[in-house]
Amino acid sequence: MSELKQVRLSLPATAEDIATLEPGTIVFLDGVVYTAREGVYQKVIAERKPLPIKLDGLSNVNFHCSPAASRNDDGSFNVGGVTATASFRFSKWMQDWLELTGTRIVIGKGGMPRDDYKNILAPMGAVYLTTVGYGTGALLGRGITKVRDVFWLDELGIAQAMWLFEVENFGPFIVDSDLKGNSLFATHGDQINKGLGALYKGLKAPALRRYGETDNREDEVL
Amino acid sequence: MIAIDRFDEAAFAIMQQAAIDIPEDYRLGIRSMVDGETQDLSSFVLKTMLDNWEAASGDRRPMCADTGLPRYYIKVGNDASIEGGFVALERALRHATARATQEVPLRPNRVHPLWRTDSNNNVGINAPEVEWSFEPNVDWVDVTTVHKGGLFGTDYRMLFPGDGIDGIKRFYLDTLVAFGKRGLCCQPAIIGVGLGGSKDTCMQLGKQAACLRTVGDRNPDSKIADLELELKDMANNIGMGPMGFVGSSMAVDCHIEVGYTHTGGMPISVHTFCLSSRRATARVHADGKIEYRTDPRWFTPYMRRDTVDWSAS
Ligand code: SF4
Repeated sequence: MSELKQVRLSLPATAEDIATLEPGTIVFLDGVVYTAREGVYQKVIAERKPLPIKLDGLSNVNFHCSPAASRNDDGSFNVGGVTATASFRFSKWMQDWLELTGTRIVIGKGGMPRDDYKNILAPMGAVYLTTVGYGTGALLGRGITKVRDVFWLDELGIAQAMWLFEVENFGPFIVDSDLKGNSLFATHGDQINKGLGALYKGLKAPALRRYGETDNREDEVL
Repeated sequence: MIAIDRFDEAAFAIMQQAAIDIPEDYRLGIRSMVDGETQDLSSFVLKTMLDNWEAASGDRRPMCADTGLPRYYIKVGNDASIEGGFVALERALRHATARATQEVPLRPNRVHPLWRTDSNNNVGINAPEVEWSFEPNVDWVDVTTVHKGGLFGTDYRMLFPGDGIDGIKRFYLDTLVAFGKRGLCCQPAIIGVGLGGSKDTCMQLGKQAACLRTVGDRNPDSKIADLELELKDMANNIGMGPMGFVGSSMAVDCHIEVGYTHTGGMPISVHTFCLSSRRATARVHADGKIEYRTDPRWFTPYMRRDTVDWSAS
């Protein structure tokens, strides 16, 4: 465990900093992070609504998450924790979103399909960080020092609204993809797949197969 | 007669406790897995989870921001009586859910499946679920809440008697590998297996096995207990750890519950109770005293009875 490399990045992250991130590196962040997921993508990309704030120079980190937050009587927010949501569902929006916002770090749960790193993120100079666990809501909640802004709260609800968080020592995250499009998840998956055949050895197949069932254990479920 | 405000208090307190404090049996289970995990990344994840639970308890904030689907399991003593009856109790549970959502806070997770309308309080049609059971010869009421992660880690299949234990093992592996990849089910998990019953009972038993039994608990049928341990080891030999990294930590424990089923079938369900295995129980006594714990003690001998009659012993 002591062998894992750890870095702390100031945001917005520079191209040089991003280039140093290798799969498996542990990362902590300082600066501003914003949330956007299907509700926001739908509005901005599909419905062509303008972004509610200029992200350029402010934040280039898109967190796929939603907070456990409630509004206090004075209008301020109480953010208990934040936990990422599975990112592969947002694959179809990534190209447009990165182009539109200049986002260079995507954070979420579980990574994106391997091809997305090669074809979309890496060519744009962007990398993917995964949350740890994934249930580290309390640790990440601690790292949020302030809710800087929130947009579309009434329309999209707490989970889907676009939140801007000021963060300090926010993490840990683990680097999944680098600028070459390598993926930690995919590399580990490949290694685990090699052992799967042996696990099933000697177990006879069920009498009735299910429609659409495959026996290829290397198929990505994403 | 138990005053209804005792339930307001108990139902809120367990929602808060479940969201913030990881049950000790689960925490110790994960802590012992850290020692057995030889892979750097997998052991880093487990240690980070231990830190996370400390932060949650220390700061009194939810351990995971994903509330999952908060719900209740109620066990009513046959001699208990509740002020206002069961309707009043269900109302108290809905109130406690809305209050906990605002005050803990819990992320509002419950929306209409089609219109996606969100009342921002985790209350809606059939939400929170309330499941009822009974216990002979006692006058208390046990109120348990479970906040189980919602999206991944559960599957069901109709197997047939001829598929045998092999069929069970294959389906079990299928489910764990599918949902374990990239850690979608947030393993290491308490794995619940439901065997038999009708389809809905099969799902219900598997879920209750995962969520309502503690780490280390064994089924009273010794052959089923052996199968639990065998399946637990099998999970930890997949070669997968937390987040789908190479490792050996998939199952903290495995629990099996059975129900008599159709003579031609052997339905199976598999459920995973995740790294935020949130459960808490309150026993509300007839005199209004409330006792809190993390072991739901749901599967009593009465629940598992196979006889026509139940004789109080
Ligand atoms: S599966 Fe559990 S630990 Fe993971 S995000 Fe959901 S509630 Fe949190």
